[in-house]
Amino acid sequence: MMHSSSLAVADSAAADVFVVELAEYSGPLDLLLTLIRDEQIDIYDIPIARIAEQFLDRISSLKLDEAADYLEMAARLVRIKAQMLLPRREGEDVWEDPRAELVRRLLEYQQVREVVDVLERRSEDRRSRFARAYTQAAVQLPVAGPLTISLPELLSAVDRVLRLARKPHVHDVVPRALDVDGAIGIVRALMAIRARAQWKDILPRKAEPWEVLSLLLALLELAKLGELRLAQPRAFAAFEITRDPSGEAA
Amino acid sequence: MTPLAKLLEAALFASATPVPADALRLMAAHAEDGETTLEAALEELRIHYENDGHGVELVEVAGGWQILTRPEYTEAIERAQLAARPQRLSAAALETLAIIAYRQPIGRAEIEEIRGVGAGAILKSLQERGLIDVIGRGEGLGRPLLYGTTPSFLEQFALRHLEELPRADELAIALRAPRHAGTTATTPAVVAGAPTKDNGEAPPRAD
Repeated sequence: MMHSSSLAVADSAAADVFVVELAEYSGPLDLLLTLIRDEQIDIYDIPIARIAEQFLDRISSLKLDEAADYLEMAARLVRIKAQMLLPRREGEDVWEDPRAELVRRLLEYQQVREVVDVLERRSEDRRSRFARAYTQAAVQLPVAGPLTISLPELLSAVDRVLRLARKPHVHDVVPRALDVDGAIGIVRALMAIRARAQWKDILPRKAEPWEVLSLLLALLELAKLGELRLAQPRAFAAFEITRDPSGEAA
Repeated sequence: MTPLAKLLEAALFASATPVPADALRLMAAHAEDGETTLEAALEELRIHYENDGHGVELVEVAGGWQILTRPEYTEAIERAQLAARPQRLSAAALETLAIIAYRQPIGRAEIEEIRGVGAGAILKSLQERGLIDVIGRGEGLGRPLLYGTTPSFLEQFALRHLEELPRADELAIALRAPRHAGTTATTPAVVAGAPTKDNGEAPPRAD
């Protein structure tokens, strides 16, 4: 069981993980770094036996001794302490300090703490300023009350609206029949004397819309019949009309 | 004020979040104020707020611009319950953020290795707060999620960009490269984006 006194915050972890850390230290490295600082120890030459003892002392007095992360660090310290006691073999060139890995992690952690200081200052600066709290206002349509209007009033209102409204403009549509057969005749006559032609060759100057449409339909019709071929080198380019060799043979 | 400065003021007022510099540039391009450049107009607005005694100021943040209230009015605004300061982050959360900011993209295991404690719950709530996000998956077993900071992180920490954080070699203790082959495999030697020189110093020796 966790001790309620010191781990009260940890118990509320589920509710708010931002206070999950144990009251005083944010982790075993923090505790270790605090001990080193308090004892004014050279980080590159840590008296492991002493520090391990103090670490165990501290976690038991703070009743942190059930927190797995702290226990793991305690075990690590004890292991390093044991390794330090092993005799160094004579003539061995490379001796790896068992503390090296721990020192590296402490320095790395120390660096993280320095960045935290920077972040803390920045965050305080930003927390002391407010941005405009913009919220999209919900569009509330006014609730329509019961109408209090008499029939004559309503009718006169309708009348007013109708008088104000402009008279709609009505277009007169004059039906004009397309002359596709005539256009086919024109195209056939032209293609009889020319092997190839272009759209503008068949189209009369100042052509009426019905003439343009008739010619277009005529060309499509003749292409379908196989009498001529329509080709466009690229999009929006003028298309070429050529006599279809196969149609000619037929 | 020039017409462009007024337009920018209106745009910044209308937005709840910092307006990206690109968006302002686009507005400036469409504005019929050919005389003034965006930079000049922003500077004009900033000085306008500064000199004439305003309750707000123009702040450059997270790659954009934002109008914020001045710190001296924060308490009065909070007392009147018009706005509330966001909750402070715990030391553990800040440590985790610091590690992510420097080493992104970074997986959970690496964060835990550096801090020496589990990071699961903290990562989750940092993500819920919009300060970090999953930005990819790592190589290796289980293809672990990789985390990185978000634009909101820059905003909430009053940073214009990540480069505004101190470089690793500017920090008081420069990180030494690890000597053990076994440790290099799990932990990069230096804080990302800020290479430190290996000064060839001998590992600590016991005498």
